[in-house]
Amino acid sequence: MAIVFEKPKMLTDKPTHYCPGCTHGLAHILTAKAIDKLNAKKVIGVAPVGCAVFAYEYFNCDMQEAAHGRAPAVATGIKRVIPDAIVFAYQGDGDLASIGMAEIVHAAARGENITVIFVNNAIYGMTGGQMAPTTMIGQKATTCQSGRDVALNGYPIHVSEMLSQLQGPCYIERVACYDVKHIKQAQKAIDKAFQNQVEGRGFSMIEILATCPTNWGMSPQDSLKYVEDVMCKVYPLGVYKDTTKEEA
Amino acid sequence: MEEKKLLKGNEAIAEAAIRGGCRAFFGYPITPQNEIPEYMSFRMPEVGGVFIQSESEVSAINMVYGAGGAGARAMTSSSSPGISLKQEGISYIAGAEIPCVIVNMVRSGPGLGGIQPAQCDYFQSVKGGGHGDYKMLVYGPNSVQECVDIMYTAFDKAFEYRMPIMILGDGMLGQIMEAVTLPPMKDFSNVPNAEWATDGTRYGADRRVVNSLYIQPDDLEAMNHKLFAKYDVLAEKECRYEEYLCDDADVIITAYGTVARIAKSAVDMLRASGVKAGLLRPITLFPFPCDRFARLAAMPNVKKFVSVELSMGQMVEDVRLSVNGMKPVEFYGRCGGNVMTSEDIAEYITKEGK
Repeated sequence: MAIVFEKPKMLTDKPTHYCPGCTHGLAHILTAKAIDKLNAKKVIGVAPVGCAVFAYEYFNCDMQEAAHGRAPAVATGIKRVIPDAIVFAYQGDGDLASIGMAEIVHAAARGENITVIFVNNAIYGMTGGQMAPTTMIGQKATTCQSGRDVALNGYPIHVSEMLSQLQGPCYIERVACYDVKHIKQAQKAIDKAFQNQVEGRGFSMIEILATCPTNWGMSPQDSLKYVEDVMCKVYPLGVYKDTTKEEA
Repeated sequence: MEEKKLLKGNEAIAEAAIRGGCRAFFGYPITPQNEIPEYMSFRMPEVGGVFIQSESEVSAINMVYGAGGAGARAMTSSSSPGISLKQEGISYIAGAEIPCVIVNMVRSGPGLGGIQPAQCDYFQSVKGGGHGDYKMLVYGPNSVQECVDIMYTAFDKAFEYRMPIMILGDGMLGQIMEAVTLPPMKDFSNVPNAEWATDGTRYGADRRVVNSLYIQPDDLEAMNHKLFAKYDVLAEKECRYEEYLCDDADVIITAYGTVARIAKSAVDMLRASGVKAGLLRPITLFPFPCDRFARLAAMPNVKKFVSVELSMGQMVEDVRLSVNGMKPVEFYGRCGGNVMTSEDIAEYITKEGK
């Protein structure tokens, strides 16, 4: 019988702690599949602080657990001393776009030859649903219970748009995982983000619009719908930067 | 090959680090240690090493975490406010048992303080500094040559104990020029990567994880005890100090770093005027030479101790803990970037002695 699906080699057998309907599991699979395709001799991942803090138990390669927001700096340190390794950082929106903003901007500006998987669910998941830098105007969180108010909390940060203004990055794309078509597109984008690293093209980041049914207070199905109907309007999908096209 | 050179403390530390096998430097500009990153920026490429001027001290120490965790001999340098920023990363490095070297050319504080020499970072160096229960092996060299000698072996110690090592200097030590003998280049090209290092080559059951997260209380408590067992070994094997004329001394002056050189001249002055003074200079600040202080305190000739520091009194607390009430322990210090003279110390001892 033909095998139509296998667990990626780059994932361990450890059951994940992610909530039902959370996008992290899928983001792990897509990342692991992309790395599997490379047949790389050396792979090192960097886990964030946040919901994906235990990513080092799920990715089946050497891993380092970084301090909150510092994954791009840790990944830089690793990549510079082992340039022939595939090095990736896996971060959420609080980690990357709030406390770790300096680290991601400067890693991108330096054109570090690393791959960053940025999972944006517009909320702090692990700590219980506080406002994130990417929480949308009007979106409720435990620290903005009537919804994000611009007068009090300012505006959400559009990371892909912002980083694409820098000269350093090679490839920046925002994807979503609310249906099969978009999951396939996300896989394609992540594959390319890793392939760029193999080819030494520099910094690649894929932003994945993700669900958080637990902290959004929605069912998994409604959460997917929310990504499609609400998040994708605030955070439009697409390729924001691709220097491989400019070269062609 | 050994070489004799006239070098600034900062440059000498940088060259000694390279000769000691350092191949990755991450740093951010701050006075008075800028010669270290400047030197590393041209020297590292010459030896095939890595240099990055990071966007912040926070980022620099986390680059050290990554590179050190991957098995490289990685270091950073900074001065007091910058070291405060690195404390988060240092705590993670201690928790994840990553070997590395951190140089602090101390300036006066608190806050932005000043850029003149000080020793007001003693507490944040020897008591942990960042969050959680941990220590570093902390050296307080008193000359450019001692900076070189300590730096040259610091990575060996860092890897032996899998812990961060701090070299605690001050603005004077960083800026002073002295003749130094530089040791030969160590060659690590054929040394295999450490078995715990995440060099990316292993998968599945053999894979390595660099981490300081222990979510189960029993696991974390065991980790805390593991770290402190190492500190016990440090106390036994790595404690270093220098003594000068202590055997018959009435007054034991204690000082570390450049202040110890000023204090040594004060001892000579006092001896010339008939006061039996001696000097105990801790070279390692952690582990602290507690036992030696206790033994001196038990000697009948010793009447008191005077801790001389460029601070409001920090090391003096460890001296008091070591002397444990057996003899009086006094403090004499200058701060804000001011430095006492040997005459100042001698005068303090003479006046207080009467």
